[in-house]
Amino acid sequence: MTEKIKQQTEDVIQIENLVTHYGDRQILNGINFSVKKGEIMVVMGGSGSGKSTLLRYLLGLNTPTSGHIRLLGKDITKMTADEMHGMRKNMGVAFQGGALFGSMTVGENIQLPLREHTRLDENTMRIMSRMKLEVVNLAGFEDLMPSQLSGGMIKRAALARAIVMDPKLLFFDEPSAGLDPVVAAELDELILRLRDAMNMTIVVVTHELDSAFKIADRITVLDRGEILICGTVDEVRNSDNERIHNLLNRKPRQEIVDVDEYMSRLTGQNM
Amino acid sequence: MKIFVTHLGRVFIQALEELGYAFMLFIESLQWIVLGKYKKQSVRIEHIFNEAMNIGVRAVPIVSVLCFAVGMMLAIQGLETLKPYGAQSQVVTGIAISVTREFSALIVGILVAGRSGSAITARIGTMQESQEIDALRVIGIDPVRYLAAPMLIAMLITMPALTVLGDFIGMLGGAVYTSMELGMSIKTYMDRSFSVLVFYDVMQGLIKSAIFAVIIVLVGLINGFQVKGGAEGVGHATTRSVVMSISLIVIADMIFTYFLTRS
Repeated sequence: MTEKIKQQTEDVIQIENLVTHYGDRQILNGINFSVKKGEIMVVMGGSGSGKSTLLRYLLGLNTPTSGHIRLLGKDITKMTADEMHGMRKNMGVAFQGGALFGSMTVGENIQLPLREHTRLDENTMRIMSRMKLEVVNLAGFEDLMPSQLSGGMIKRAALARAIVMDPKLLFFDEPSAGLDPVVAAELDELILRLRDAMNMTIVVVTHELDSAFKIADRITVLDRGEILICGTVDEVRNSDNERIHNLLNRKPRQEIVDVDEYMSRLTGQNM
Repeated sequence: MKIFVTHLGRVFIQALEELGYAFMLFIESLQWIVLGKYKKQSVRIEHIFNEAMNIGVRAVPIVSVLCFAVGMMLAIQGLETLKPYGAQSQVVTGIAISVTREFSALIVGILVAGRSGSAITARIGTMQESQEIDALRVIGIDPVRYLAAPMLIAMLITMPALTVLGDFIGMLGGAVYTSMELGMSIKTYMDRSFSVLVFYDVMQGLIKSAIFAVIIVLVGLINGFQVKGGAEGVGHATTRSVVMSISLIVIADMIFTYFLTRS
C-alpha cells in the first residue's frame, strides 16, 4: 500500500518555468507542471497553442531559453550527450505521422532501438518485435514496408517501436489525428491498456476532446504559450475560464481589435 | 539602395551560418568515424557499404560513358590543333595529363553531385519533413553518426575510385579516336600514356576528387537538414544542393589547380 502511495506521489516529469523562443518570437511563457508515475497526462490546446513545441522540449530535441525539465529526477537541460543517450533508453515516442523509416520493414523499424541500445542476438530481437506487434494488434505485418500500411496501422507500428525497450516514459503526439473515430477509439483503448499492463507514465499531446477525456488522468490546457489549467478531467470540464470553455465548446476565439494597431498593420506606418 | 544592402547583409550572414554548419557537420562526422567505436556507437560498415554501392558502383556505367566521350573529344580537338605543327603524336601526352589532373575528377564530381548529391538532399529532406530525423534522435541515434558519417566515408572511398576509373576510360577514349586517325594501336597509345604520366599527375586528380567528395556530402546534408515546407521544400532544397555543389566544385577546382599545378 505504501509503495502504491509513494508511486502515485512521485513526480517523474517536472517542468519549471520553461521559456522558449522560435527566433525572436516567444512560444512558451513560463510553463510549470509535473506528471506523476503511472499517470496519463494529456496536453491539450488548439493550433499554435505551443503543445507540439512543449513536446519537442520534453523530448530534449530543442534547448529552452530558460527553465528546467526533469525526467526521472534528472534535469535534461543540463545533460551531456552521453547522459542524454542513457536517458533515451527510458523514453518511447510515437510521432504524429508515425515517423517510421521508409527504407526499413515494420519489423526492422521496431528492432532499431534494440539494435542500438542492446547486444541481443537477431532471434531475440525478432521475437521481441513480434511481441510488441502482438500488443498493438499488428501480428504478421512485420515484413511489410511502412508505405503498405494504413494510417491507423502506421500509428500502431510507431507505438510498437516506442514501447519496444519497455520505457518508463511514453510520449504520444496526436494519436487520433487523421484517423476515423473507430480506429481512434481503438488507439485510446490501447494507450489505457499499455499504462495498466506496463505501468508506464504517458504524456499524450492532442487536440481531440473525446480522446483526451477518455484517456486522461489529468489534463493540461495550453493556450498561446501559457497553461490555462492543469487538473483532472472533471476540473477541466467544470472550469469557468472562458478560454477553456471556448476550447471545450469549439467556439472561435474573440480577437480584441485595437483600431490604431489595425490601421498601422494595414498601412505599414506607425499611427 | 537600403533594401539592397539589407538583402546583401542577410545573404552574407546566411552563407556564413551555412559554412559554420557544414564545418560542424564535417568535424562531428570525423569524430564519430574516429571515436564512435570507443563510445560503443560505431559507424556501421553495412551503412557505408550501402552508400558506396549507391554512390559508386551504380555510377560506373555513366562515368565510363562520359569519361570516354571526354577523352575522345580531347583527342579530336588536340589532333586538329596540333596538325599545323606536325606534332599530332603529342596528343597522347596532352590527353594523359589533362584527363588525370583535371577532367576525370571534374566529370566525376559534377556527375556525382547531380546523381548522389541531389539524392542525399532529397533523402535527408524527406526524413526531416516526416520527423524521421527526430525519431532517430529520440531513439538515441545521432543522425550525424547514422546518416552523415557513412555517406562521407563512402564518398571519400568511391569518388577517388571512380576518378581512377575515369582516368583510364578517358585515355581509352582518346586512344580509340587517335588509333583511327593516326593508325596508332590502342596498346601503343596506352603504353605511351602510362610512360609520360607521373604519380603526381594522378595524385592531383585524386586530391581534387576527395575535396569534391567532401563538398558534395556537406552541401547535400546542409540543404537536406534545413528543409522546410513539405514536398515543395524538398524540391527547392534538391535543386539548390545540385547548383551549389557543382558551382563549388568548379570554383574549388580552379583554386586547387592553381596551388597544385604551379611549382
